[in-house]
Amino acid sequence: MSKGYKGKVLRVDLSSGTCKTEALNAEWAKSYLGGRGLASKYLTEEISPDVDPMSPKNKLIMATGPLTGTYGAANGRYMVVTKSPLTGTIASSNSGGYFPSELRYAGFDMIIFEGKAARPVYLQIHNDRAELVGAIHLWGKSTNETEDAIRNEFHGDAKVACIGPAGENGVFYANIMNDKHRAAGRSGVGMVMGSKNLKAVAVRGTGGVRVADPKAYRDAALESYGLLKENPVTGEGLGALGTAVLVNVINQSGALPTRNAQTGTFEGAEKISGETLAATYLKRNKSCMGCIIGCGRVTKLSDAKYSGDGEGPEYESLWALGAACGVSDLAAITKANYICNEYGMDTITAGSTVGCAMELYQRGLISEKEAGMPLEFGNGEALVKLMELTGKGEGFGKKIALGSYRLAESYGMPELSMTSKKLEFPAYDPRGIQGMGLEYATSNRGACHVRGYLISPEILGIPEKLDPHVTEGKATWLKIFQDFTAVVDSAGVCLFTTFGIGVPQFVKFCNAANGTSLSDEDLLAAGDRIYNLERMFNLKAGIDPSQDTLPKRILEEPLPDGPVKGDVCRLSQMLPEYYKERGWSAKGVPTEAKLQSLGLA
Amino acid sequence: MQKLIRIEPAKCVGCKTCELACSFKNVGEFAPSRTRIYNEVFLEDAKFITVTCMQCDEPWCEKACPKTAITKDMASGVVTVDDVKCVGCRTCVSACPFGMIKYVDSTGKADKCNLCGGDTPECVAFCPTHCLTLGEEDKPLRQKVLRFVETMKNGQMEV
Repeated sequence: MSKGYKGKVLRVDLSSGTCKTEALNAEWAKSYLGGRGLASKYLTEEISPDVDPMSPKNKLIMATGPLTGTYGAANGRYMVVTKSPLTGTIASSNSGGYFPSELRYAGFDMIIFEGKAARPVYLQIHNDRAELVGAIHLWGKSTNETEDAIRNEFHGDAKVACIGPAGENGVFYANIMNDKHRAAGRSGVGMVMGSKNLKAVAVRGTGGVRVADPKAYRDAALESYGLLKENPVTGEGLGALGTAVLVNVINQSGALPTRNAQTGTFEGAEKISGETLAATYLKRNKSCMGCIIGCGRVTKLSDAKYSGDGEGPEYESLWALGAACGVSDLAAITKANYICNEYGMDTITAGSTVGCAMELYQRGLISEKEAGMPLEFGNGEALVKLMELTGKGEGFGKKIALGSYRLAESYGMPELSMTSKKLEFPAYDPRGIQGMGLEYATSNRGACHVRGYLISPEILGIPEKLDPHVTEGKATWLKIFQDFTAVVDSAGVCLFTTFGIGVPQFVKFCNAANGTSLSDEDLLAAGDRIYNLERMFNLKAGIDPSQDTLPKRILEEPLPDGPVKGDVCRLSQMLPEYYKERGWSAKGVPTEAKLQSLGLA
Repeated sequence: MQKLIRIEPAKCVGCKTCELACSFKNVGEFAPSRTRIYNEVFLEDAKFITVTCMQCDEPWCEKACPKTAITKDMASGVVTVDDVKCVGCRTCVSACPFGMIKYVDSTGKADKCNLCGGDTPECVAFCPTHCLTLGEEDKPLRQKVLRFVETMKNGQMEV
């Protein structure tokens, strides 16, 4: 096993209550790196694609990468990989904080959970000692309370990842929170964890992470460090204003999906912007382990109506709980964000689902009586109340818990769900940013922005400026972005570093850590391999290529306002080119030759 | 002139790169449990605090050591453990009121910050926010005095 890895997998059988250590598959680690890639390989080898995501036969994998727990960029991430109950696709949700690195210091690259515990349990790991202990006393507790209780009873320095009541109550977009405020957010990975009666994972590790070539690793770190400091986004923007800097930027581009994407600009944008957050509730910025960017928002809410403290809201949350619902009350948005974190729910799907419910209310399909409250767009109080009811699994919250697709479908209007493959798209309207439409339609976990973040070239001009309104060339860009992102997610590094560092820096890091001699092309080929592996799983799971699409509104209803007024997302101009770039058939299926070239056949 | 690691908590973002850089340089692995500089995160208070050995002029650890393994070099200011003389008795660990010297199982010796023995300390080299700097001892004090002088100048206050 090369040195960057700890070389150990912890396999936890929840049904029998046993924990076993096994050697990490070195061959697979070479081809799939770690994190998202390697965990996807394990998952696809070990579960049947048609498995019911909520059955004990589904598995849940927590995976670090070979760079997790080191320095030089933002090397403290892990991935949660499972089959998603929300989408039926492969799910992989990423998070930072301190928990992922601690797992490596305890000596593990990965944990595989299988089966289902008879009653609530949590996993305690203290270096090479791992055991399942009862968690009945923690069931029902918020993520904050759970972490505090575990630190008290297990180890004061333990790092904790856990689900909140949302994961226990079957909210389709329940997440897994770690270090209280960091989220493996999307696709309902927390719902799977809850279905296994697994409340938390607590880890204390006093070992270390070694690399194959320390001098080369230090040199690579110094180079990346310099590049990230020089870059205006990673060196200054993200630290000062966080991701929230985008509220005004995207609104000015006319691509801030407002009131369930009925318009592309929001008159209340300034009130919910990063600048306003910085002037009101922001206390300071914060990093995850080993991160030199520091985009985290430490906030404290003191308002006539709401109080609390925590981290965020991030840009996507400000949008989902704000513009998507027409809410411009920053205090209500921040409170709703805290509630999502404490109950353990994905803010993007949560906010987008409330926005969808508000449109159903606007159209008279949901009554005030049914919702238990008026649900007009802009009602911040209703938003806060609904988030709480959803987390608790009470009242109309039970409907919001379904996510927007199942909600809208239950009223006979699935087209009002702003989703692709049943995953809500985040804060960029594809009618104003064409490449993002292609990304939403082709991402392996549904409408996701962080599999190929074309906002970087289309809006921010990194690594070069592309016109967001043209479709030409976007397929080529997207494939490279998606492949590279798969590498970043697999290495254990934060995607935000890629504003400042590129493939050559990742090659240096990976080679120095693992003692390999990969080229730029080799690394991107690994990304391509991971992407195709996920795609094949989805196809076998019955997610056929006809689902590579977008809501009717985005494809057919021209934007009624703003600088991009009159445009729709011209997906059909990009999709065939994308399939071709990927080496897939015209119908979107990876060809035999393509699979063979990647070692997947 | 003696130099010290100066810590300005207001600039810290809690990334613990100092702990990673320290352990990677001094023990060859990224291991916060082996660091000689410590960063604690108090999220509820929005505070991040970093501490390390302040290289005392009359070190408790030095006085406590029965083998004279610990010495302070008055020229560089560094308090160092001589691994050859150290017998791993842990008396220094008990003596230091700040917990900044520890016993290491794998080596059987006492271990503490030595400002990276003459190089730029690795924690300072990698600190992304310059929360950590290496400076001559009186520099921070001089800066405080200058800040006060500036206040007096601006206000033309009478004392």
